[in-house]
Amino acid sequence: MNPTILAATTGRILRQLRHDRRTVALLVVVPTVLLTLVYYMYADQPAPPGRPSPFDRVALVMLGFFPFIIMFLVTSIAMLRERTSGTLERLLTTPLGKLDLLFGYGIAFGLAGVVQSTVAAAAAYRLLGLTTAGSAALVVLIAAVNAVLAVALGLLCSAFARTEFQAVQFMPVVVAPQLLLCGLFVPRDQMAGWLQTVSDALPLSYAVEALQEVGAHSTPTGLMWRDVSIVAGAAVVALVLAAATLRRRSG
Amino acid sequence: MDDAIAVRDLVVDRGRRRVLDGIGCTVPRGAVTGLLGPSGSGKTTLMRAVVGVQTINSGTVTVLGRPAGAAELRRRVGYLTQAPSVYVDLTVRENARYFAALQGRTVADADAAVTDVGLAAAAGQLVGTLSGGQRSRASLACALVGEPELVVLDEPTVGQDPVLRADLWARFHALAAAGTTLLVSSHVMDEAARCDRLLLIRHGRLIADDTPDAVRAATGVDDLEEAFLRLIRAGEAGPADIGEAA
Repeated sequence: MNPTILAATTGRILRQLRHDRRTVALLVVVPTVLLTLVYYMYADQPAPPGRPSPFDRVALVMLGFFPFIIMFLVTSIAMLRERTSGTLERLLTTPLGKLDLLFGYGIAFGLAGVVQSTVAAAAAYRLLGLTTAGSAALVVLIAAVNAVLAVALGLLCSAFARTEFQAVQFMPVVVAPQLLLCGLFVPRDQMAGWLQTVSDALPLSYAVEALQEVGAHSTPTGLMWRDVSIVAGAAVVALVLAAATLRRRSG
Repeated sequence: MDDAIAVRDLVVDRGRRRVLDGIGCTVPRGAVTGLLGPSGSGKTTLMRAVVGVQTINSGTVTVLGRPAGAAELRRRVGYLTQAPSVYVDLTVRENARYFAALQGRTVADADAAVTDVGLAAAAGQLVGTLSGGQRSRASLACALVGEPELVVLDEPTVGQDPVLRADLWARFHALAAAGTTLLVSSHVMDEAARCDRLLLIRHGRLIADDTPDAVRAATGVDDLEEAFLRLIRAGEAGPADIGEAA
């Protein structure tokens, strides 16, 4: 990797995003609107004794989930556009290294994820009365790591899509099982054994567990840091696999 | 001294189709070499092999003394793809500055490259809002911004108005005079006369590798289009599908 090229690539991706004002507005506003919806959905649901209120439980997981699904989609399409427009082929004839490109996407969309989750977290805590035992900064940190994981998975999946239609289809394939099995709908320890095994293999499960740790404990726990490390590790593995799918030579 | 590009016995299949069938040719340094042939003849595949992004079946491609695609060549070779490969959601200036940064060049180099292709007035415009010809020139600026020793240009003048086309060819010759090697493809035969040397390919085979004057002399006609037609006829047993070459 070359720091100058990495910085230029990150800046280029952010400039592309900045020129697309509608996308920026949607990225920033939509999570807050959806959280507001969740707030009213659960407004009349009583809190189970000794447990967080339904809104606190769901909104906390949602704060980690929004950057995950949105950055996955944005990255899959952005990378597919690099492939189909010929810019990727041209980039690979320049001194740019594969990791410069992949980490450039990771950093640029990771930063977009930080902005997105900061706005969403601010709205959730200030306007909607979200309460967690732990700090909001940790929630944003976990959301940011989730965003980077989503970017890495999006870069990897885009290698297997030839059209935008196919790229969008990877969203239900990659994202939906992770959402269903992450412990939001059914606690993971109440699932059938084989479902737990699948859930254990999915990185979003660890992100959700980390968020639940922040929700329940006033200081960061060892389990939370372990889970964050697992999510970050999964992101690195996905980036390395994505690098392996980038070939300078093609037929 | 040695040639900028040396291709030997190059065979490339794409899918089940043989696209290049034993091509061998050389491209001299400091000159404009035209790669001519009808659409689908293998021009782009040959250029991709030269810049090192084409998987090849057999043969060798040597570029500036190194195997094509060698890492150190990425600073020394500029490539313009046939479809303009620039970011449509960035301005002309932002595109040029990004590709300049990849080549270790400055912002001033990038702005000069934009001016050199006649896009100074449109530098702040998003590429997506430009005409096809302007987009192609924005892409050209990004290929030339690193001042590469070898410039590989796939149909750089398609869609340009005649005045601009003349300007671009004048610029190619100015670059060649300064020592740059240019390999320029075209399917328009009237551009052949502007080149110092010509490579004509058809159906993945080389049918001429000479100067325009030598091609004229060998075939006994002044018009290069007619000259190529005669070369094709001479090289084939029957006049099977000559119409395609036009």
